[in-house]
Amino acid sequence: MEVILAGLAEAVRLLITGDPDVVDITLRTMQVSGISTLISVVIGIPFGTYLALTKFLGRGFVVSSVNFAMGLPPVVVGLIAWLMLARNGPLGALGLLYSPTAMILAQAVIASPIVAGFTLAAVQSMNPKLGLQILSFGSNRCQYILLLLWESRLGILAAIIAGFGRVIAEVGASMMVGGNIRGYTRVLTTATVLEVSKGQLELATALGIILLLLTFPITAALSYIQQRGKMP
Amino acid sequence: MNSILSARDLTMVRDGKQILDIGELNVDQGEVVAVVGPNGAGKSSLLLTLALLEKATSGTIRLFGEIAGNGNLLALRRRIALVFQDALLLDTTVKRNVTVPMRIRGIPPQEANTRADKWLNQFGIAELSSRRARHLSGGEAQRTSLARAFALEPEILFLDEPFSALDYPTRKSLLLELGQILKQMRLTTVFVTHDYTEIPYFSENVAVLYNGRIIRRGSVREIFGDEILERKICVPWDM
Repeated sequence: MEVILAGLAEAVRLLITGDPDVVDITLRTMQVSGISTLISVVIGIPFGTYLALTKFLGRGFVVSSVNFAMGLPPVVVGLIAWLMLARNGPLGALGLLYSPTAMILAQAVIASPIVAGFTLAAVQSMNPKLGLQILSFGSNRCQYILLLLWESRLGILAAIIAGFGRVIAEVGASMMVGGNIRGYTRVLTTATVLEVSKGQLELATALGIILLLLTFPITAALSYIQQRGKMP
Repeated sequence: MNSILSARDLTMVRDGKQILDIGELNVDQGEVVAVVGPNGAGKSSLLLTLALLEKATSGTIRLFGEIAGNGNLLALRRRIALVFQDALLLDTTVKRNVTVPMRIRGIPPQEANTRADKWLNQFGIAELSSRRARHLSGGEAQRTSLARAFALEPEILFLDEPFSALDYPTRKSLLLELGQILKQMRLTTVFVTHDYTEIPYFSENVAVLYNGRIIRRGSVREIFGDEILERKICVPWDM
């Protein structure tokens, strides 16, 4: 309990004094997780929608693969990304290993199936007759999809919240492909792990609290948008 | 009379089972035809096929003189409107539920607003304009759905058992209102129902569907006799 209280006090101190290291780590966390969530939204929502609305050979296998990928262990994603980006790997020439870009890519790989899977479930759970009704309005393909997505927005926002929650809390892949380099690839989760390993429990707790303080308003804002006008 | 809608040699096979086998069906301009039949007769499949929302296995559908095909589906759909058994409203306000389909069809916002106000008023729900659809009763939701369809000013209206989910008083009042509106407008309407007591409210003609085939076609009196007015009738699939 003492450690938690001390951590809370340290978190308040770091935030009030605007500790440059903490500000830098926090901003990078927001940047890396924000961009990777955005990428996963750009990939996951169209892909999930396509899977929900299209029949094709092997669709069942693809859906199973998406569902499987929703639970991909970040460490495994990190390992595969490391092998791909390592100097002698297939993408080694890009020189991305131990960079924020590598972390963004790894996190996007983790979040995209989550966003796609939730989107698939959200669109598929709509009343099939609603789709016919929208078609009867005379909607073209684009209008049809946009209206269906609008009607599924509760589930789609849940997809974005789940994707963001997964990447902001992720540590294994970021550590492996980012390397936790101070001032370059260190984010709140990797910094917390480092401080624990150094025995700096108050600082680690403070970083953990800052992570929660960062995550809560973002998910609260998304939840507000999701639940607006949905109260029983 | 000119046929505004006709189907020829229309078949639909689903999972190896023949759902529809329609040799010929014509609907004339201004005609209100009720498609009746027991559950599973293929009424909804026929309606959705005629409304160009489901694809027939074979056969042709001619709407407004044009054979429906991939090239003109969208344009033809924009000349018709459909009301389902469930109101199937969008998760937004009543007014937007009426205006969105019009916007989809490219009707300017001001015109869409005027039409929406007119039809919401016509169906007695003008005061619910700003209410969200999910807070409506079943009757209010179906009135919104009807207002949405009429605001589109369709040349053919398709009704798929629109009153079957409503309680008796709501159903009766809507049947009376809709009957009056259809009589005034002379709007071509194809109305599907399994409840033959709804027919006399606004249909002059009937097509009886049984096992995917039209087994009788004629006026309400020809098919049901005068007894239908007293609701003491023998339904044609029991004859």
